[in-house]
Amino acid sequence: MEITHEDYQVRYDAGTATVICQGSFRLRGPEEYAPILDLLTQAAAAKPARLTLDLRQLRFLNSSGINTLSRFVLLVRQLNASQMVIQGNRQFGWQQKSLPNFPRLLPGLQLEIV
Amino acid sequence: MTQIFGHFIDRQDADGEYLKLGFSPTSMPIQQRWRKNGLSADFLADYLSAFFPGEDTASAERQAEIKGAVSYIANELLENAMKFSYAPAQHAISLAMYLEPDAISLYVTNSVDPQALAAFQQAIQCLLTANPHDLYLERLLRNAEAGNGDASGVGILTMLNDYGATIAWKFAPVALEAEVMTVTTMVRVPV
Repeated sequence: MEITHEDYQVRYDAGTATVICQGSFRLRGPEEYAPILDLLTQAAAAKPARLTLDLRQLRFLNSSGINTLSRFVLLVRQLNASQMVIQGNRQFGWQQKSLPNFPRLLPGLQLEIV
Repeated sequence: MTQIFGHFIDRQDADGEYLKLGFSPTSMPIQQRWRKNGLSADFLADYLSAFFPGEDTASAERQAEIKGAVSYIANELLENAMKFSYAPAQHAISLAMYLEPDAISLYVTNSVDPQALAAFQQAIQCLLTANPHDLYLERLLRNAEAGNGDASGVGILTMLNDYGATIAWKFAPVALEAEVMTVTTMVRVPV
């Protein structure tokens, strides 16, 4: 599964059960985020034992994007089948500020910001 | 009549270092205008970097932090201004950034739909009295449960919760005796 746009790319690698997000997510509201949420939902529905969200190359995320990723995290919590890991990059200011909220939505979520 | 919510600091253009951008009302489709939000926000953040040189590791991290904060907050404020402006008023959106020794302040002004004014001011009252930490999680949970993905409020809550910002609002008529109001949202981030 893959979504490619001039500003961003989202890909689910089933082999490693990893969703990789790259570029900048500045989409306008839930309608524009729907294809990304669909991809995330499919990844969660596959119920891998360990599910990784790799954000190390995601430079920017607006609040609508935060909302979208939160829905993904809450879905993983609801399915209760995967250990979730979020990989971040301290170079991008928003990640240090906002990623620590995700373990609050899903206790046990591993946050790795390097 | 002017109405203030929160600790609003009025500015004069003579107040130190500032940068101001204006966006005239246009019939350009929102998809095209939307792109300008990110460009403008990143421009402000890049411009600001010059004032916070990143010569060693600690100052480079501080520079990245400040740049990230301005890029995020300015983008959110412009997105909100574009979403909630009252098109028939044909009023420009403005964005100003003021630099102080211990803070950066962003001001965005846009017109408000008269029909939406009361609900907007009620939401502001709620933000000013609630605990942003609790309200933030509650909002994310509610949005997910509602399944509609409406992120309204999340932008302001991240500014308060994640960036330690102070936010205030000023409402004023677009012109003397006009019924339509403008709102100026002030976001002040300590540096």
